[in-house]
Amino acid sequence: MSAAEPAATAADGEDELTARFEALVGAGEAVEPRDWMPDGYRRMVLRQLAQHAHSEIIGMQPEGAWLTRAPSLHRKSVLIAKVQDEAGHGLYLYSAAETLGVDRADLLDALHQGRQRASATFDHPALTWADTGTIAWLTDGAAVINQAPLCRTSYGPYARAMRRVCQEEAFHVRQGYDLLRALCEGTPEQKAMAQDAVDRWWLPAVALMFGPPDTEAGGADARTAAVGAAVSRRAMAWGIKRHTNDELRARFVDSCVPQAERLGLTLPDPAIRWNEERGHYDFTPVDWDVYRRALGEDTHWARQRVAHRRAAHEDGAWVREAAAAYAARTPDGDGAAGQDAGAHGHGQERGQHRTEVRA
Amino acid sequence: MATTTERATATEADGRTDPRLAVQLLRLGDDALVLGQRLCQWITRAPTIEEDLALSNIALDLVGQARQLLTLVGRLDGTGRDEDDLAFARTDREFTNALLTELPNGDFAATVARQLVYTHYAVAYYGALGGCADPELAAFGQRAAKETAFHRLHADTWTERLGLGTAESARRMQEGLDHVWAYTAELFDEDDLLRDLAAAGTAPSPAPLRPGWERSTTEVITRAGLTVPSPRWRARGGRAGLHTEEFASLVAELQSVRRQFPGGTW
Repeated sequence: MSAAEPAATAADGEDELTARFEALVGAGEAVEPRDWMPDGYRRMVLRQLAQHAHSEIIGMQPEGAWLTRAPSLHRKSVLIAKVQDEAGHGLYLYSAAETLGVDRADLLDALHQGRQRASATFDHPALTWADTGTIAWLTDGAAVINQAPLCRTSYGPYARAMRRVCQEEAFHVRQGYDLLRALCEGTPEQKAMAQDAVDRWWLPAVALMFGPPDTEAGGADARTAAVGAAVSRRAMAWGIKRHTNDELRARFVDSCVPQAERLGLTLPDPAIRWNEERGHYDFTPVDWDVYRRALGEDTHWARQRVAHRRAAHEDGAWVREAAAAYAARTPDGDGAAGQDAGAHGHGQERGQHRTEVRA
Repeated sequence: MATTTERATATEADGRTDPRLAVQLLRLGDDALVLGQRLCQWITRAPTIEEDLALSNIALDLVGQARQLLTLVGRLDGTGRDEDDLAFARTDREFTNALLTELPNGDFAATVARQLVYTHYAVAYYGALGGCADPELAAFGQRAAKETAFHRLHADTWTERLGLGTAESARRMQEGLDHVWAYTAELFDEDDLLRDLAAAGTAPSPAPLRPGWERSTTEVITRAGLTVPSPRWRARGGRAGLHTEEFASLVAELQSVRRQFPGGTW
């Protein structure tokens, strides 16, 4: 018995801390970086933050590819501002992640080396100009639905970052809708381009932006739903998540259908119809088959997005080294350029996980 | 003696035209548009996320300046063309930007060098434009000078960081300066048109701004431990629509979507 005493004391201390932590979260209080938190909580928040930050940065690519081809100077300005916002969101989120004791350089390393991933939504190509509007309307629209509850997520720095991000994302959705509206009111060829883009982006948005099915109603089999529900329950108990993936997915479909009708575009799911009884639209459940089909893992584009990021990072290594060397030798400091200019490999925690999709 | 109100009409939408002023504003508008287009090519490829942000910010300002200038051009030249007609419906031979602004990006140092020489020129020119007779154009000049002063600060700061950073960055920064220097003279070229506009107080000539530009760029380059290049040749041709070979593909890319959908609305 006596040999067990110290361990028991430590465990009791941990239990007490956990109880206090859960009470704090239960009361809707924010968890701040210096507060004690369970390891599991810390890992879960960090994983979500990192994936979210990576998605902002990788998400710049499909639209960024059209900056030089925007068909009016007004649309070019809007698109530059949007891609710029995404870079800004990436920065807020990496900064929020850094409050958990990791280094941005290490998170970027994890992304570049495939240990962490961005949302698989962006593993799809932006083939036409209409894709830029569709991405803004559908994927940013999905992001807003996902992220609105995150403005109240339990980890303080994450919630604060999300409040800024959400305002801008809502603006992007309107801009995307407006871009598509112009195309739909244009020539038949323009409208066909818009429909084609919506046909290709619907599934990535509805399946991947919300993560895998986590309820039986959402189309998961009983066992998978149980696992999904357990993860979601844990995240909800800790106040990291507020809703299941499938709840948010249904909310997204509800918001898109009337907008698509106003645009005169068809969402490529024949099962979409109003369900009077439920007061929601029915749609093809995103079961695991649908989800995996949307993932399109290990495709040309999945590789290309990371390769593009890695190339930019490697090409810029000499610039970051120069900025760091300059900052080190200037007495009045020079932090502006050196943010991710530091040496790699000294972070306290490396991302080990291939995180799942949650934009 | 003309009152301010009477003078104001030159650029207002009252149907009065000034095709010669339009020629000069088209040069400025094309400079801004083409440089903005080049900077767009950096976005998602910059050395840090901060630089993706900074370069997109600068590109956004340049496109904004181009829009205002091209709108004025279509009004003043009597054709009634809007900013998009001018950006998307001209051939590359009709663009009158200085060759400097169309130079391919090269590495980050080459881009910083191009930004350095352009922004020191543009702040001075827009500042001078801020004193011109037409109040709308003067207000544009003042605003553009203020915006471009931030771009100049960005270029100055990076020139110094790279010049005093590592041996490699100093070498690349010097190479960048050596590369762009021959393209700077064109920015200050003066022709009859500019002499007339300047004499009338309609728009300034850039020629008298050159000594000040030399002083201010030399100061930054020296502070960065680098050498002001002395090229044995100078580029010319942009103002006459004689561009580099790379320019045709820049314009083709710029206009591709719009040309693919004739009669489209955007």
